[in-house]
Amino acid sequence: MTGNITGISGPTVSVALKGLRLYERVYVGNAMLTGEVVKIESDRAVVQVYENTHGLAPDEPVRATGMPLAVSLGPGLLSGIFDGLQRPLQRLREETCPFIKSGKEIYALDRSRQWRFHPLKKKGDDISPGEIIGYVNEGRFHHFITCGNDISGTLSWIADGEINIEAAAGALTDGKEIPLYHEWPVRVPRPYRKKIAPSRPLVTGQRVIDFLFPFTKGGTAIMPGGFGTGKTILEQSVAKFADVDIVVYVGCGERGNEMAEMIEEFEMLKDPWTGSKLMDRTVLVINTSNMPVAAREASIYTAVTMAEYYRDMGFHVLLLADSISRWAEALREISSSLEEMPGEEGYPTYLSSRLSGFIERAGVVETYSGKTGSLSMVLSVSPPGGDFTEPVTQSCLRTTGAFLMLDTSLAHRRHFPAINWFQSYSLYAGELSAHYKDKVSPEWEDVQKECRDILRKEENLREVVEIVGIEGIQDQDRLLLHTAEMIRSTFLCQNAYTDDAFSTLEKTLSAVKKILDFHKEAGERLKQGTPLNDIL
Amino acid sequence: MPLRKINMRLSEHRYRTISSIAGPLLFVQGILNARIGEVVKVLTPDKRQIDGEVLQITGDTALIEVFAETRGLDIEKTTVVFTDSVRRAPLSPEIIGRVFDGSFVPIDGLPMYIAEKRVPITGLPINPTARARPEEFIETGISVIDGLNTLVKGQKLPVFSCSGLPSKEVVAAILRNSRVIKETAIPQGSETSAARGDFIVIFAALGLTFREYSYYMNTLKEMKSGFVAFVNMADEPAMERLLAPRFALTAAEYLAFDNGMDVLVIITDMTNYCDALREVSTAREELPGRRGYPGFMYSDLASLYERAGRIRGRKGSITMLPVLTMPEDDITHPIPDLTGYITEGQIVLSRALHQKGIFPPVDVLPSLSRLMQRGIGKGHTREDHRKVSNLLYKYYARGRDLRRLEAIVGKDGMTEKDRLMLDFADLFEREFVNQESVRRNINETLDMGIDLLKRFDFET
Repeated sequence: MTGNITGISGPTVSVALKGLRLYERVYVGNAMLTGEVVKIESDRAVVQVYENTHGLAPDEPVRATGMPLAVSLGPGLLSGIFDGLQRPLQRLREETCPFIKSGKEIYALDRSRQWRFHPLKKKGDDISPGEIIGYVNEGRFHHFITCGNDISGTLSWIADGEINIEAAAGALTDGKEIPLYHEWPVRVPRPYRKKIAPSRPLVTGQRVIDFLFPFTKGGTAIMPGGFGTGKTILEQSVAKFADVDIVVYVGCGERGNEMAEMIEEFEMLKDPWTGSKLMDRTVLVINTSNMPVAAREASIYTAVTMAEYYRDMGFHVLLLADSISRWAEALREISSSLEEMPGEEGYPTYLSSRLSGFIERAGVVETYSGKTGSLSMVLSVSPPGGDFTEPVTQSCLRTTGAFLMLDTSLAHRRHFPAINWFQSYSLYAGELSAHYKDKVSPEWEDVQKECRDILRKEENLREVVEIVGIEGIQDQDRLLLHTAEMIRSTFLCQNAYTDDAFSTLEKTLSAVKKILDFHKEAGERLKQGTPLNDIL
Repeated sequence: MPLRKINMRLSEHRYRTISSIAGPLLFVQGILNARIGEVVKVLTPDKRQIDGEVLQITGDTALIEVFAETRGLDIEKTTVVFTDSVRRAPLSPEIIGRVFDGSFVPIDGLPMYIAEKRVPITGLPINPTARARPEEFIETGISVIDGLNTLVKGQKLPVFSCSGLPSKEVVAAILRNSRVIKETAIPQGSETSAARGDFIVIFAALGLTFREYSYYMNTLKEMKSGFVAFVNMADEPAMERLLAPRFALTAAEYLAFDNGMDVLVIITDMTNYCDALREVSTAREELPGRRGYPGFMYSDLASLYERAGRIRGRKGSITMLPVLTMPEDDITHPIPDLTGYITEGQIVLSRALHQKGIFPPVDVLPSLSRLMQRGIGKGHTREDHRKVSNLLYKYYARGRDLRRLEAIVGKDGMTEKDRLMLDFADLFEREFVNQESVRRNINETLDMGIDLLKRFDFET
């Protein structure tokens, strides 16, 4: 089906073409720019174009595809670097130039690469929907090939040996082929058999998170913070050290130089849990701030769909998005070019439902193949002016389980990660404490409480000291201030650029215990009459 | 084939079908074939020719943004000429040393050169996988920048100023003193253009007063390295301010990535740019965002700032130093706020320091260079750089914190240690931050820092 452009305004294009479906993918103009139908009227449709519309003219053709915006899912995604539309950026660079031009169509997965397919089923076996029929080795992972969620039957044949992704891995007696890769519409969550409540910790290697605000596999967390509070560094630290199988990282509307740095680092660094290259377990989706706005809106869906794909193989997947505010702003830009009635601060009124729809794609699930996989999310938020009352932060708060507030005043003191220990919270702490008691130490909870107590008392004491001066308070209190200072500067602070960047749960616990033991001992000595200055 | 289906035009199209004029915007009806971003020429009734660009097309009506004063336009006689071309910058190595207005017309009295190539000014995003990581130190000669907020090649580091603060003197000091340190340090005193390498400054002035203009032009002319200037004065069309930085950056990309030069782009004042953006947006009756600035301002600013960088396998770099004035000294105002979210740090000037007579009045606490970690240490500056920088920052931050306490309990009510910290903060400002017009190389800066720490018996 082909129609014509009738109007253009920023990233949105009006099209005279009947029979289009909502969210169908279309090609716009002579340059074949990718777009998605976002609004349908009786005689026209409005298309949101994922590329720069500069140079586009009315009357240029628009071609329908009959398909929604989809991503390719199959072996070869790991260590890939894609843009918001899943175009492989490295191959794009090799085939064109260092700059991204509009309208270049390129397959996400390398079609020439051969994969050794290992069958796990044999001819004549009955296959149920979503069942695993075999695997290929993608790095150190068994990349499972499953039959579609909507087909079942008896295997008429199955491959065994080197095949490329366009070849079928097997077929059913009714003639349906089971391909090595398939397409999946990004805006449709991938199905699973059932959802399970999260109960296992996700260790981030960041002491302040693991100890005070523990995170769980299948959980969701947001990290809001003004500029310079270290959101990106913290996201990247979590991406490096989290004890998950696979990390999908979306650089959504952020800086190009930062991404260059990250790519280089991930090529060099090793995953502390397995010792293999970090990049081998990572998928990067990069849509920097100067890349087209509409593709930025799509990028988080592209990423979450790939993450769900690996979850469905029974892996623990962590999705990091930096930053979800840039996604929301893209949504706002598109909404305003559609002349929709705005809600709070110009954001469309469906901001909150879209966000919760996205965030709810996280969770622990039992997959159709009977495995347990999880998808966790850590999203950074960039509130304008560092003001947390704005709509994006507030909408996220309603659905996420952990709130890690990044504090500008801590950042100014170079206290990193600048997570404020009074305002932040984790709703997973209760569910996880049993696990910590069991697996790490029975003291975990008590130590945590003691640590919080000291920090809370310090806050009150500081107010007193502001008025009467440090000389005006008792020695016991001065000792407490000293201990709190130690907790803050040696325990809660963690330098992302040194070996200290990663800490195991055991190391975390012993580090804080050392400080608390000192505090107890010093307290005793004070009581016995040792002068405070001698103790310190 | 009917005429309407032809997508290529062989000549210019002229229309006298303006249906409405509002501020910098024109609606033209009955257009056969316009393109988004197409350049139009508007011929005014008093025989002027001004420039515009197609912003939006609905059916056969085009919305045109005019980059000049629209006073005197009418509906009957004004002619709009569609040129079937997007806006391009004429580029040639001969651009070096030239001064242009905001529309790329020479204003230095010399004739226009013959362009080697013409490049669309919107630029293309650099493929993130093609970027090289910025890590080469640029010595600005200013201790508080080199020592604590190090600038590296390919970085974008804005200067956040307040009205009445000497931002232009700070920029001039950077211009005069900047040079790129290669791994083999340049021997002292050999500050020739050769030592500066292929280093060039591109200066884009947006809404400059004449006084500022003459100050900057003097500075540029005194420099030994080359420069290119795009100047839009305060009384010149506000809409030109949307073009000038794009011309400047297109020229920068040409000199950096085609000709292998290290380009430093200075854009001042971004506040004027954002105000021009707001003007167009409100004329289009778009929904205003915070403080009336358009919702797309983040993406728009990013389309400028993100053009800084380096490319793997190519010589040359674009480093950007945008200058902006924070309205009401408010760092949470949308202009500094959105800028800070895009750029790799910020240099914040402080009114309090300026009033103390300190130059450059850089407030160390809110200032930040995100790319510093990669550009300092062995092989870049000096092995002890990171340590000295962290210690200076730590003690100064402590001292600044204690000043609040001092205000309540008085200096006498404080411990000996705290009083020492206060003295350190004062001395740090007076000696380390304050350097007037003296240039300090990185060794001098670091040695001075160490000396300061030693005087207070702080660990070094």
